[in-house]
Amino acid sequence: MIELKKVSKSFGSTQVLQPTNLRLTPGETTVLIGPSGCGKSTILRLMIGLIEPDDGEVLFDGTPLTPANVKLIRREIGYVIQDGGLFPHLSAQDNVGLLARYLGWEKPRVVARVEEMADLTRLPREALARYPSQLSGGQRQRLGIMRALMLDPAVILLDEPMGALDPLVRFDLQEDLRKIFVSLKKTVCIVTHDMGEAGFFGDRVILLGSGRIVQQGKLDDLIRSPADDFVRRFINAQRLPTVETQGVL
Amino acid sequence: MNHASFAARLASRLACILLIATCARLAPSQETKPPRVRVGSKSYTESVILGEMLTLLASAAGARAEHRAELGGTQIAYSSLKKGEIDAYPEYTGTLTMEILGDQQVQTDEDIAAALARNGIKMSRRLGFNNSYALGMRRALADELKIAKISDLKQHPGSNARSGAARSRLKFGFSDEFMNREDGWPGLSVAYGLSDYARGLDHNLAYAGIRSGTIHVTDVYTTDPEIAAYEMKPLEDDLRYFPQYDCVLLYRADLDQRAPQVVANWLRLEGAIDEPTMIKLNARSRIDRVFEGRVAGEFLNGTLGMKVTIPPDDRWRRVLVNLAINTRQHLMLVCVSLLAAIVVAVPLGILAYRLPPARQLILGGVGILQTLPSMAVLMFLLPLLGLGAWPTIAALFLYSLLPIVRNTFAGLNEIPANLRESATVLGLGPRARLWLVELPMASRSILSGIKTAAVINVGTATIGGLIGAGGYGQPIITGTRLNDITIIMQGAIPAALMALAVQGLFELAERFVVPKGLRIAAGKST
Ligand SMILES: Nc1ncnc2c1ncn2[C@@H]1O[C@H](COP(=O)(O)OP(=O)(O)OP(=O)(O)O)[C@@H](O)[C@H]1O
Ligand SMILES: [Mg+2]
Repeated sequence: MIELKKVSKSFGSTQVLQPTNLRLTPGETTVLIGPSGCGKSTILRLMIGLIEPDDGEVLFDGTPLTPANVKLIRREIGYVIQDGGLFPHLSAQDNVGLLARYLGWEKPRVVARVEEMADLTRLPREALARYPSQLSGGQRQRLGIMRALMLDPAVILLDEPMGALDPLVRFDLQEDLRKIFVSLKKTVCIVTHDMGEAGFFGDRVILLGSGRIVQQGKLDDLIRSPADDFVRRFINAQRLPTVETQGVL
Repeated sequence: MNHASFAARLASRLACILLIATCARLAPSQETKPPRVRVGSKSYTESVILGEMLTLLASAAGARAEHRAELGGTQIAYSSLKKGEIDAYPEYTGTLTMEILGDQQVQTDEDIAAALARNGIKMSRRLGFNNSYALGMRRALADELKIAKISDLKQHPGSNARSGAARSRLKFGFSDEFMNREDGWPGLSVAYGLSDYARGLDHNLAYAGIRSGTIHVTDVYTTDPEIAAYEMKPLEDDLRYFPQYDCVLLYRADLDQRAPQVVANWLRLEGAIDEPTMIKLNARSRIDRVFEGRVAGEFLNGTLGMKVTIPPDDRWRRVLVNLAINTRQHLMLVCVSLLAAIVVAVPLGILAYRLPPARQLILGGVGILQTLPSMAVLMFLLPLLGLGAWPTIAALFLYSLLPIVRNTFAGLNEIPANLRESATVLGLGPRARLWLVELPMASRSILSGIKTAAVINVGTATIGGLIGAGGYGQPIITGTRLNDITIIMQGAIPAALMALAVQGLFELAERFVVPKGLRIAAGKST
């Protein structure tokens, strides 16, 4: 699985990540939360080798990531970026099947697998022939997830996959994704700002603050015994909708 | 008709640089019976009529004769003769001394013959007419005022426009070219002491002015059919100011062995055509619209007492054949240069995108190439590549680089960072990313760069006409030189149509090259 060992990262003179140890538990979902700019995306990008650590090591199944092996390792990791990152020149199904086709899968096998993914994420099959610009934001997000799941990777990294979705779609997609993760026993790391989402997905929640891990554990633990004032403030900053019951009907 | 315009003089200078470097390639002499003889002519009536005569005379001598009519200007005709692509064509002594052998200081006929012999070319004696500049007036007016030679004009001072034209005074109106040439009116007026006001006007307007009487004296070519048509009288150049452009035949020396009968027949033209005769022949063709083959045949049968068969009228066929040849050559220039440019420029654009340190060098380099004037590029390339298609192709190639490199780079560079990352995290290597994601996404921009290059190429390829590359430039250059709009049109119109066709073709190609998803996305955003 993926493991960061004393990994630190600076951009120019600002240290974005202090030396950090972090290990994704196999078969479980790890949630990264924290204020904007605290280094969540940076951690995911380190895990998949988009950026290299200044210090420390990133290991995949015990092997350090190197420029030579990173390409093959990436194929065993599904990565979902915020807006889906779909290629506008390819149809939905070609976006999802791109890597499989490149790796030489037969066309019928690709089609079958893409349709399986569409059913799994509940994307209407007729949307598969369309181009990204002809799909809704939620559909594009599903496609991004389908593409990440296509080769059945053991590890899935998701960077705010529910951003910009309306609450209904988000609610359904959260439900679907969790079912997929649990039933397929995936090792998942998901970045979110949303405390509810964190609790819903997370076997383990890691709260980051300015480039370091502040507290980790079950969400309940964080809520019941916050490690410091920062954790308390971050948790309490979540606002639940207040419902005006009087006067309705 | 044989006076070099600016373009032609420039071209001749270019050619002179080269002719030294270009070695004469002797034609493979295929000794068969009957001998095969190819006659050439330049792209104007007089030359074509004489070419037809040579062809008919060669046929009459038993040769398989062929007329490569309207080859273009002096450069092309002479280099074709030197290379053995044609065996003979009519030329003028003035053109030989000033243009073709301009760098060899030849004066006498012996000098000319010696210089030509070094290239395996022989020259006949003069045919009898001089096609040079002259001043002309309406015959009736000249006779009335007793003007026979240019010096006589001094007795009849020209009008001064500013003080209002007195009735008895002569009005001088000259073609713009004649007004501007050093050896035109500026030199002539000094030589003869004619310090009069003269106005410049279009050559064709000058003849109309003569007819209506708004001008009285103009410049003419001594064998112009208009001299006959407008009942004009060329004034004698009594100070011998204008150079002589006596017509002679040039032919390849090996014909003396290969087809002595043909040469003997041709030499019957020596001294056989005087100016009034040539004027009449030109008038038959240009004014009566009789095709050149018939004009030539009737002359041979009438004046030389021969019995040649008048060939069928092939004027239109000739226009079409030339159009086809020019189109093929033009397409060749454009396609070869464009393909080479694509092969080089697309990788350069990719390199500029992938290799930031080289970016400035590549984009700056091709940018500088674009700013070089095309004539300078040609001048530079000529000594390296010789005369003909290659320097033109090389120049077009250089000009095509910028739009393609720039658009390739821009198309790749404007791919959003998250999509580039998205391809990387999928586990695609650099090469797969390029082919599967980056190039398809940049395809519209790359294609539009190629389209720009192609359309520019179609227009720019016409400079090839200056150095014998053929194509639509040839009629444009020839027509410009001869001040003949119909010849210019034969190049300008097809060139414009080809540019439009190329434009349309690329718009069509976009449907096949640019992925549908991009076209849909673009349609939505505009
Ligand atoms: N390529 C880069 N160059 C310089 N600074 C960077 C770069 N990438 C990220 N940073 C900085 O590193 C810090 C952490 O960025 P990161 O994207 O990891 O934040 P985040 O926790 O994902 O925030 P958000 O919740 O807003 O997405 C930020 O201050 C950001 O400005
Ligand atoms: Mg982020």
